[in-house]
Order: sequence, then structure tokens, then C-alpha cells
Amino acid sequence: MIWSWIPQNWSLIWNLTWENAKLGVLPALYGLVISLPLGIVCARWRWFYPPVLTVVNVLYVIPSLALFIALIPAFGLTDTTVIIALTVFSLCIILPNVVAGLRAVPAPVRQAATAMGYGGLRRLVTVELPLAIPVIMAGLRVGVVSSISLASLGQLIGVSSLGYLFIDGLQRSFPTEIYVGLVLVIVLALVCDLILVGVRRTLTPWEPRRERQARPVPARRLAA
Amino acid sequence: MSFFSWAWDWVTESANWHGSGSIPQQLVAHLGYSALPLLIATLIAVPAGVVIGHTGRGAALVVNLANAWRAIPTLGLLILLAVFLGFSFVTWLLPLTVLAIPPILVNVYEGVAGVDPGVKDAAKGVGMTPWQQVTHVEVPIALPLILVGLRTAAIFVVGTATIAAYIGLGGLGRFIFDGLASDQYGPVAGGALLLVVLAVLVLALFAVISRLAVPAGLRGQSKLGRTE
Repeated sequence: MIWSWIPQNWSLIWNLTWENAKLGVLPALYGLVISLPLGIVCARWRWFYPPVLTVVNVLYVIPSLALFIALIPAFGLTDTTVIIALTVFSLCIILPNVVAGLRAVPAPVRQAATAMGYGGLRRLVTVELPLAIPVIMAGLRVGVVSSISLASLGQLIGVSSLGYLFIDGLQRSFPTEIYVGLVLVIVLALVCDLILVGVRRTLTPWEPRRERQARPVPARRLAA
Repeated sequence: MSFFSWAWDWVTESANWHGSGSIPQQLVAHLGYSALPLLIATLIAVPAGVVIGHTGRGAALVVNLANAWRAIPTLGLLILLAVFLGFSFVTWLLPLTVLAIPPILVNVYEGVAGVDPGVKDAAKGVGMTPWQQVTHVEVPIALPLILVGLRTAAIFVVGTATIAAYIGLGGLGRFIFDGLASDQYGPVAGGALLLVVLAVLVLALFAVISRLAVPAGLRGQSKLGRTE
């Protein structure tokens, strides 16, 4: 470990970290934006969910690198290619959580809202979605952490990310650079994860402080 | 030309199916790079998950691992080992095994810990020894989730074994990285397509296994498990 390498290359490290953050966070947010309406539809019209889930399960198994490659003819060796591929991946993680979160709203709560005169849309926005936030956030956390880590693979097709430090470190047989890359990817992912935990606590102050497990179990269940 | 026409032209080119470094050879190599880490991870993570799920000790560790492991960039780990150890056995085996352990461990733990307490009490009540309770009751009930863990691990390992080629090893990644290095999109697209096919086959294989292995009484019941 040669510590002096870090301050000497500070601007490179900073740029790569920023790029990697962008390539990781944007897909998770896009995945959320697509998952919300789609999940609402799937939770409301139940027959619609099984076919969607089948597509999601197949998309989920496509290795990110293969998806990068498949998108190259359309979008070139650009950020867009990586962002689209990771959006698909995040979507596969977040969507099942949106559906599970909405379905887990207790029927008496829904009935109470209806009895108080809430229409379908108002009930959804002010009662069901807020109650589903913890489960949705659990999915978003997995999406962000995965995307940030996978974004480093973008460097394999020449898209700038912290993966540069791995590849350059290999070519120069320079472990310091690889250590820095490894630590930064992990720290970046954990920082984003902590931010999301904070957001969740702010949005749902009535929930116990203990975090729900950040896991998207429903989509992985074989029977699903 | 689109991805599929590039990939199709390359995959159906008969020259790519013969000789050294051909598609069948690299497919076999790829399966080898995937199978061994999976086997080792299974041997470590299944017993560990069963013990933690049964006793409840170490549960906090597993819960924290559930998300954190996804942050580890496998490419970085692989390259770090390559710099220190060269192209040794450990260089590809260790990162892929590390990748495969958490999904198996977490799902086995969840499956075993989530068995209905009433069922556990009944098993104890009819006089089963702890070993019988685990092997005859808890593991069969947890089987759907255990298979989910194995499936997730298998899919991740098959996908990630590709990058072993980046440090000069074989497998389907060979086509991808050689193609990228020589600016030929054909083998890159073809290698990626074969990789996707392989991943989908793994998915199908696990669908068949779960059909055969999960007791009839449990099938279609996994929704009774915890939903978060």
C-alpha cells in the first residue's frame, strides 16, 4: 500500500467515484419510478402480476455484462448503455417489493379508509403507499447497493467508473489502486444505503426504528 | 445490425464449434468455473444456515450480510487476487465462492428460522431428537427457500464466472474479452448470447429441481412464509 498515491491522484479518484455514484444511483431511481406505477397495477389487478413476474424473473438472470453488450449497437459505449442495463436489473428487484408492500396493507385499514369516504386514488396515495414504504425502501436499498457495485463492470466496455482502478491496477500490477477501488465501491454503496435508511425513517416516523431486512424475498420464491 | 443478428451469425458459424478454444470447450470450462465454487459454497453455507436457523445464534450476522454482500465488487476482488497470486486456482475460486455463500446462507437461515413454531413443537412433542427435528421437519419445510438461495447463487456465479476470462482464464468470457480487445462485435455478442442462454437454462433447471424435490404438501405454499 502506497498511501501517497491517493493524494497525488485525488482528482482522478474523485471523478471516478462521482461517475460510479451516478451510474449506480440513477438506475435504482429510474427502476423505482417505473416500478411504482407498474407495481400499483400489478397489486390491483392480480391476474396481471404472474406474467409480469415471469418476465422479471427472466430479466433478473441476465448477467449485467451480457446486457451491456446487447445494448452496445443501440447506445454505444456510453453511460446510457450501463444505466439502462442496471435500470432493468433494479426494476427486477424493486417491482416485487412494491407489489408485496401494497398487498401487505391490512384489509381492515383499507376498509377503514373506504368507510371514511376515501376514493380509490386518495386511499392509494395517502394510506396504502405510505404503509408500503418500508417494504418498497427495502427493495430500493438492494437495488442501489447492487447497481453501485455492478456499475464498476461498466469499465469493461470502457464506461468510466471505479472499475478503472481495478483494470489500471491490474495492468500496472499496482495493488494500492485496486485496494482504493474496492474500498470506495463498498463505502459508496454503504453510504447510499445509510442515506436510504435515513429517508425511510423520515418518511415513516410511525414505524419501529429497527430496519426491515433489506431483501426482496417475494420475487425469488420458487412458487411465485 | 442488431445484437441478435451479430450474435446469431457468430453462433451459427460452424468454424466456431470446432478446434481449440471453440464454443463447446469454453462452455465446459465455464460450467467448471461455476460448479466448483457453487459446490464449495453449498457445503459451507447450507450446514451453517441450518445451524443458525435452528439455534438462532448468529442470526444478526446473517441479517446484516443479507444486503451488504451485494456491495462487494467481484471484479475488484478477482483482480486483486490475480495481482498477488497470478492465474492460480485460488484466484478465481475464492471470489466466486465468496459471491455464492451469502445468498445460500441467508435463504437457508430464513427458511429454517421461519418454520412455524407450532410445527416445531409438534416435532418435539412426538419424541423426535433434535437431529430428526432438523432433517425430517425443518429442512424439508425450508426446502423451497433453500432452493431459491441455491438458484440465486448459481445465477450469480454463472454470470460472474465470465470475468474470470478478464484475467486470462477460459470460459464464455474469453469470446467477450477477446472480441472487445480486437474490436470485433461478433464474438462479443455471441459470447453474451450464450451466457444469457446458460443463465436461463440454470433458471429452468431449478424450476425442474423444485418440482421434483419439494414435497407435494408444500408446493404452492411458500406464500405462507414471511413476505418481506
